Amino acid sequence: MPRHLRVRIAFVLLVVAVSVWYLYPLKRALNLGLDLQGGIHLMLGVEADKHVASQTDRTAEDLKRALERKGIGVQRIAREGNSTIQVELASPQSWNDALTAVAEFSTFTRRDENQAAGRFKLVMVERQINQLRDDAVRQGLETIRNRVDQFGVAEPTITRQGADQILIQLPGIQDPARAKALIGKTALLEFKMLDEQTSVEQALAGQLPETSELLYGRETDKQTKAERKVPYVVQRRTLLTGAELTRAEVQADPNSLGNWQVAIEFTSAGTRIFGELTEQNVGKRLAIVLDGNVYSAPRINERIPSGRAVITGHFTVDDARDLAIVLRAGALPAPVVLLEERTVGPSLGADSIRQGLIAITASAVIVFIFMLVYYRLSGLIADVALGLNLLMLFAFMAAIRATLTLPGLAGIALTVGMAVDTNILIFERIREELRLGKSPRSAVEAGFRRAFRTIVDTHLTVMGTAIILLSFGTSSVKGFGVSLFIGLGASLFTAYFFTRLLFDLVYMGRRKLEQVSI
Amino acid sequence: MIELFRNPNYDFIGKRKWAYIASIAFTLIALISLAARGGLRYDIDFTGGTLIQVRFERAPTIAQIRTNLATIQLGESIIQQFGDALEFIIRLPLAAVGSEEISRRVQGALSANDSLGKFEIRRVEFVGPQVGRELQLQALYLVLAGLIWIAIYLAFRFDMRGGVAAVIAVCHDVIVCLGGLSITNREFSLPVLAALLTIIGYSVNDTIVAYDRLRENRGKFVPKGRTFAQQMNDAVNQTLSRTILTSLTTFFSAAVLLFFGGRTLEDFAFVLFVGVITGTYSTTYVAAALVVDWTNYIEGRLRRGKKAVAKA
Repeated sequence: MPRHLRVRIAFVLLVVAVSVWYLYPLKRALNLGLDLQGGIHLMLGVEADKHVASQTDRTAEDLKRALERKGIGVQRIAREGNSTIQVELASPQSWNDALTAVAEFSTFTRRDENQAAGRFKLVMVERQINQLRDDAVRQGLETIRNRVDQFGVAEPTITRQGADQILIQLPGIQDPARAKALIGKTALLEFKMLDEQTSVEQALAGQLPETSELLYGRETDKQTKAERKVPYVVQRRTLLTGAELTRAEVQADPNSLGNWQVAIEFTSAGTRIFGELTEQNVGKRLAIVLDGNVYSAPRINERIPSGRAVITGHFTVDDARDLAIVLRAGALPAPVVLLEERTVGPSLGADSIRQGLIAITASAVIVFIFMLVYYRLSGLIADVALGLNLLMLFAFMAAIRATLTLPGLAGIALTVGMAVDTNILIFERIREELRLGKSPRSAVEAGFRRAFRTIVDTHLTVMGTAIILLSFGTSSVKGFGVSLFIGLGASLFTAYFFTRLLFDLVYMGRRKLEQVSI
Repeated sequence: MIELFRNPNYDFIGKRKWAYIASIAFTLIALISLAARGGLRYDIDFTGGTLIQVRFERAPTIAQIRTNLATIQLGESIIQQFGDALEFIIRLPLAAVGSEEISRRVQGALSANDSLGKFEIRRVEFVGPQVGRELQLQALYLVLAGLIWIAIYLAFRFDMRGGVAAVIAVCHDVIVCLGGLSITNREFSLPVLAALLTIIGYSVNDTIVAYDRLRENRGKFVPKGRTFAQQMNDAVNQTLSRTILTSLTTFFSAAVLLFFGGRTLEDFAFVLFVGVITGTYSTTYVAAALVVDWTNYIEGRLRRGKKAVAKA
């Protein structure tokens, strides 16, 4: 009688039971990749340097004000690159006072001092730059997560990749263009006064004062759907930003039927600022600017103390809803650029699943029949082992929540062909030993023993290449690597544990073994 | 009992001179085709750009689609039929406008007049220039890492000669597969890369089986007068039926993927298909043959060295 037969049977049954448990229910157990279930995969790059630059700008503003407060004349303060501020004093006499004032800005160090000319530079310290870059990516990630949550997507994946990339995967989304617009928007809302001294014609001719800029608004013609760009001359100075918002809700536009608007409400600080700016600018026009586009420029009729306002712009209900979402979730600290996009429609995904399953089934059927015809009863044993192999493969993928992709399905179809290699190696070896005239019993023993080392070698080499594939960032290649690796691992187990057990049960248990059906 | 071979004793190694000629010829054909076409044709994964897969309700001609797309001014587009007559792939080069804008314009152009009927956009892929460049480098590293892994493993398990010969055999397979891609005018994409790596692993598999057998035989009693070449030939013959059987099952699997796996997997399956054949061939005729000649060369030098010593 072979050794430990009961223990081994119990172990195999346990493996089967655990596998089935992991795979039940099948629909929920397997994590389908976006290429199979449809959805969007986006890789965004965060332009973190822009966050550093805007912080440098802010510091330059603060510095200017601090110097002015102390009565120190300033010739020029300007940003150079992303993290350097050039300072030029009006007169070198105030040099020492200026240095005292500058000392308060501890995240900058002084460079290139020229006391006679009253010039120096302030450079942001490296640690602060890294901190800001990191903040830009982390806050960006949070903001995008907020937007996606409010948009309502089931099981989104939003993760940071490397230093400054964000990976977003949204399964089963219906309107990819809309989702992309929602995610990628910087959503920097600014309130600025129009420059009513300069006409649009002058601005277009290039006669623009340094304190103003030319921005555009978009208007869509209801009938022709043609888009028209409307230029506005806007003062550069930002009076209030979306950071001061507490609420943003969609409302029907009472003045034009079928149009929607977004009602906003400011924080208490924002309410105060908004009250002041409306009081000081009655009769003038206030531009509401989102990411550099003018949405509307209403005239201020009176002081608005309530801190409530509406943004109009001939929105459809979806436009208005998305605008409200981005305003609530806040602006991205730095703009993002789209590095990579993969969108798969649900119907294509379904086709891919069908084709992948056909390939696996056809591959399995051919191999099953082949083994059965060629090796007879032993072939049947190999087929059962192959079945267990596939079961374990899927179960393991479910257990580690691995994502099943189309290349992954291909990997499984391929594994079917390669997994029988183990059995072929063993069976050919047994046949050889039989030909040498050994008794069936010792031929089986020797076959398993002698083939073992070769099998380990062949599995380790391919599993090594599978690991290399796994380490590759892109999901489609990774999916293939995962299924190849797990498939080979399972094949190593089944060949050596399960096939052997079946052989022991079928042949070795007999008192007298006349022949092996192989 | 069905047996493909009963105690086979073919002289594989003796005919290796012819095989070298064949191997070099295949490698040259592959390289010439690659050179003539100006290198591999990379998929947008590697070049960057936009790919849009569209399914129409009634079959249009490529010319019709091209006429409609002529208005969008996004550079030279490549339009290919994909799978059946209703499905097409439109590739656009990297442009200054974003991917949203590109798919919006394409959608607009396709529905501009009713000549094309209804359609569905089934897939949009956009790869930025940065990502493409990174991937090209990564792909190269990946293949190199695969080769190095195999060289190290074999040098460790067998000897340096075996490792180097196996890597040369694998390189031969990779070049032939790439040549096959080039000749059939297929694109080098990410799945193709995955297939290449699999072939690297697969090709070396066969080589290991033969080496293992050779070592096992040499550990036992070797009949007197059996040259190294003959011993290698014995090892190849003894493992012949396993090699053919495994190649057959793997070949079936690759063939099934090629013919039933759908258009998306076709290039991937093609590389596997070619790779299984060349991988099986290169075990005997590249790896084993090289080890034989290398060993003969070294042993010959040793013998000549000994003779010289004896004379002096």
